Amino acid sequence: MNLPALTVHEAKEMLRKREFSSQQLTEAIFSRIEATDDKIHAYITLCRDAAVEQAKDADERLRKESNLPPLLGVPIGIKDNFLTRGVRTTCASKILQNFIPPYDATAVKKLRAAGAVFTGKTNLDEFAMGSSAENSAFFPTRNPWNTARVPGGSSGGSAAAVAADQCLAAVGTDTGGSIRQPAACCGVVGLKPTYGRVSRYGIIAFASSMDQVGPMSKDTRDCALLLEAVAGYDSADSTSVKLAVPHYIDALTGDVRGLRIGIPKEYFVSGMQPEVENAVRQAISVLEKNGAIAEDISLPHTEYAIAVYYIVATAEASSNLARYDGMRYGHRARAKDLTETYMQTRQEGLGPEVKRRIMLGTYVLSAGYYDAYYLKAQQVRSLIKKDFDEAFQRCDIIVTPTAPTTAFKIGEKTQDPLQMYLSDIYTISINLAGLPAISLPCGFDSHGLPIGLQIIGKHFDESTLLRVADAYEQITKWHKRKPTL
Amino acid sequence: MKLTREEVQRVAMLARIRLSPEEEAALTEQLDHILRYMEKLNELDTSAIAPFTHAVEMVNAFREDEVTNQPNIDALLANAPEKDGTFFRVPKIIE
Repeated sequence: MNLPALTVHEAKEMLRKREFSSQQLTEAIFSRIEATDDKIHAYITLCRDAAVEQAKDADERLRKESNLPPLLGVPIGIKDNFLTRGVRTTCASKILQNFIPPYDATAVKKLRAAGAVFTGKTNLDEFAMGSSAENSAFFPTRNPWNTARVPGGSSGGSAAAVAADQCLAAVGTDTGGSIRQPAACCGVVGLKPTYGRVSRYGIIAFASSMDQVGPMSKDTRDCALLLEAVAGYDSADSTSVKLAVPHYIDALTGDVRGLRIGIPKEYFVSGMQPEVENAVRQAISVLEKNGAIAEDISLPHTEYAIAVYYIVATAEASSNLARYDGMRYGHRARAKDLTETYMQTRQEGLGPEVKRRIMLGTYVLSAGYYDAYYLKAQQVRSLIKKDFDEAFQRCDIIVTPTAPTTAFKIGEKTQDPLQMYLSDIYTISINLAGLPAISLPCGFDSHGLPIGLQIIGKHFDESTLLRVADAYEQITKWHKRKPTL
Repeated sequence: MKLTREEVQRVAMLARIRLSPEEEAALTEQLDHILRYMEKLNELDTSAIAPFTHAVEMVNAFREDEVTNQPNIDALLANAPEKDGTFFRVPKIIE
């Protein structure tokens, strides 16, 4: 049996029937990583020894206990912006190159409690700033479907690792599309939960009003399992919400009859790859054939989302990243006085895109520009959220492409920051409005590259997203295709 | 209004980032390009629109004022670039 190719729910079942051990599964995953990661470069740090220990513990519990935690013995990859106690956490930045956190992020703690085995820390764009994983200070990750292409970003390492069977599932973070866009590029499923659904405690902060943790997996059922494991109120994150976490698996009924789907006309515009539009329109008719009702809607302020996002996100980043001053942890440069030490430390430790965003954020918040940029952006953000509030009076979900094109070539957009920003055009508004959204495979282009379908839901209605995505998967099976490596 | 090199220098000082002359020149061009794109927002009259505060209903998070974590000096200093006994060692802050 090809153990690394299993989904989480398949492996979970088989582990419990003792068809193989967690240690065998974990060893198989590391053999797979050994055989493939010199082509993909999905991982920054591997946790082989610790993983084998976790797997042995899991096997012990599988032998002795009956009330077992939901992810017991299952190998999971973790994006390298989640703090992991005792395991180097770099955020793909030189400034944190040797940083070893003294505590776990809440999401990591919950995954540990759920019995997961940690394969390692996956690559990302430095500080989660980027759409291609090319902004990693260490190396770019490559797309398993075509190694000349990007895996998307910023959770490019997690997406590529899942697609290449280098873990059974992974976790990522999404501030403007960083789970969904790489999931689309790599042909996997990725869910960004509602803002407040998952604790942000111990996630290296980028833009705190939008950052969210979410699962990346081989199918929707696995997304449901992982979301349930990481979601919930946390007193250490004052923006996490006190709402009961549903048993998401129960939502997967396969039934979409009577479901009202909104199709926003602003998301189907010139400039998008025709094959992407075709695949998404076909996906909508699949849902219609199964009893859903599609309706054209309008989200009139969509065209302003990129401008709003790159003001708000950079403003928040410029203040969040002020902590990297070389005083208490991280890289410190040698210079003649305090100010020089700060300036030299940040010059040496931060990469070009991070510097660009800190500069932009500092500019829009600086005296004389605050009202013109930051305040204006927050006003337009209210309008963007209002568009969604009105649309959701009439529909249950909104269906769009995840990205305007399939995975682009490595190096194609690195010289033009604005072009890179535009690859997030369909995902950004969702973060601005705090909504949940899922991306799942809905076809392939003529180059054999996966196409992503985005389903957007009402606040805290992840159950409906998972139900629709799972129903679609049962009909189409696009998610079953795998790259050859 | 074109972004000037002097403004880029001023912002770099505020952000405490040293820029090489090449970085400064490239950033002046790139930030100008991006800021021009942002001017698109001026197409909208937002004089009557309240700025966004939060995406979902939030309530103040109150809790008892009690110690929940024990200080652990070794763990806190483990990543320090320089330390001296139980202190972080930093460059002189007052001349």
